[in-house]
Amino acid sequence: MTTERDYGQLLTLTFSTPMPYEWSIGKYGSLFFHEIRAHQRFIGIRCPQCGKVYVPPRRLCAPCFMELDELVILANLGTIMAFSVVNYPFPDPATGEQRPIPYTYGYIKIEGSDNIFSHIINETNVERIAVGMKVAAVFRDREEMQGNIQDIKYFEIME
Amino acid sequence: MARRVAIVGTGQTDHRSHRPDVNGREMIYEAVKRALDDCELSIHDIDAVVIGNMDHFESINYVDTWSVEGSGAVMKPIMKVTTGGTTGTSVAIAAYYHVASGLFDRVLAIGWEKNSESDTTAAIITCSDPIWDRFSYSGAIPSLATEASAYMKQYGATQEDAARVAVRDRTHALNNPHAHLRRPITVEDVMASPMLAYPIKLLDVCPRTDGAAAVVFAADGVAQKIAPKPAWIRACAVRHTYTWFGDVDYNAGLVSLQGASREAYQQAGIRNPAEDIDVAELYLPYSYAGLKWIEELGFCGPGEGPGFIQDGHTDMGGKIPVNPSGGVISTNCIGATALLRVAEAAGQVMGKASQRQVPDVEVALATGFGGCFWSDMVILGTVRP
Ligand SMILES: [Zn+2]
Repeated sequence: MTTERDYGQLLTLTFSTPMPYEWSIGKYGSLFFHEIRAHQRFIGIRCPQCGKVYVPPRRLCAPCFMELDELVILANLGTIMAFSVVNYPFPDPATGEQRPIPYTYGYIKIEGSDNIFSHIINETNVERIAVGMKVAAVFRDREEMQGNIQDIKYFEIME
Repeated sequence: MARRVAIVGTGQTDHRSHRPDVNGREMIYEAVKRALDDCELSIHDIDAVVIGNMDHFESINYVDTWSVEGSGAVMKPIMKVTTGGTTGTSVAIAAYYHVASGLFDRVLAIGWEKNSESDTTAAIITCSDPIWDRFSYSGAIPSLATEASAYMKQYGATQEDAARVAVRDRTHALNNPHAHLRRPITVEDVMASPMLAYPIKLLDVCPRTDGAAAVVFAADGVAQKIAPKPAWIRACAVRHTYTWFGDVDYNAGLVSLQGASREAYQQAGIRNPAEDIDVAELYLPYSYAGLKWIEELGFCGPGEGPGFIQDGHTDMGGKIPVNPSGGVISTNCIGATALLRVAEAAGQVMGKASQRQVPDVEVALATGFGGCFWSDMVILGTVRP
């Protein structure tokens, strides 16, 4: 985006060119998105040492420094552990555009897992949202799924 | 066996929200020059350099090589160390390791940031996992808001309790000519400032600052010849935990700081922190940390933070003054921020903190905070360990 140059005495150089990357999701991460597309549910993974179930599934448990391979099927349900209604504007590095605000950033414990899953909750009224509420994941239509985190549209409060 | 090491000189820029009059290298030079002048050394006396910043903030990926004309590292060993918010303590601790190893006698640690050169929130988002976390993550504030909400719920702390921390730091900044924000505020100002993410308001959080800091470390035997009163490293501790925000147990407290402080206190022989430590420069990026993290540090018991602050124990003249410099809430050039804590603590031990000097400091504490709830700790003292 070019605007008229501000010729103040001290000049700055602007960089605003898209620079694409391609990140590997890995074996277990890919399975997570395949499972969402096939069955609209989550998949986690259990650590053989500490027994913790992680979602999304990953190859390694950090505290145990162990490799994991026991997959666990999980429902699309969870509980709000914490949330934050974001009111301040900022450019989203994923799109280069301002991220629409307000939106609610949520920490959700998926049923049957032991860590917290971060996503958005489709409620921005602080009066109508509370820690402990049950939520369900709402997915994109199957034909619109792209194998990324936005295949989950948001989490919706159930009560 | 590690050699004993002391800080012999410190330097920092006059911090501002925007320094379009200098590029990064030139700004680094200002801090380095002041640190060398402070201990009356020349760049030729420096054996090695450790430098760090948030490289994605300026999109400069080889800061070690890119910066040499400002850092003075031409034809010297130089290493880049970057660990997010803890970068400043990481460069300090790495410089300490260099000297303690016996391989180098005089080592320069540098931290810097030109926060004005990018959008801080967008840049911080690039620290989070691109596949899982970036879509919903919105920078440092919501995870801190989560921590603050959990603390308020657990102990009944209020937004006013937190506001008093911001007021304290901003009041202390009036004594620091280098500080970025030097306008006093009140609890009412904090309460009336815009809500960013409940319960965090604009005046509860640190600003974005352009600035640099530099600290000179020297070996036992060398340090005493450079500085009449060197600041000896009594302890260093590093605790970096997860990179997934979902793995943090928000009810367990800041476990990295609990772990780092336990280890550092043991190294330094500190049994009762509030009594044994004379001054603390804490990396408190937002006001609620000033309540909760002093509990993790053992200055007071769990849930006692708000009363400890309200009773004035952390004010100038109190039991354990916190952030005589004005702290992070007054100045936040991120890659320099934790090194400023070390530099300010050293200044206190060396008796060179001018208007912000706490009288008779023998032991000073500095902390770093960053990444995904990571903590570093450095304890300095007048007594050679
Ligand atoms: Zn494990």
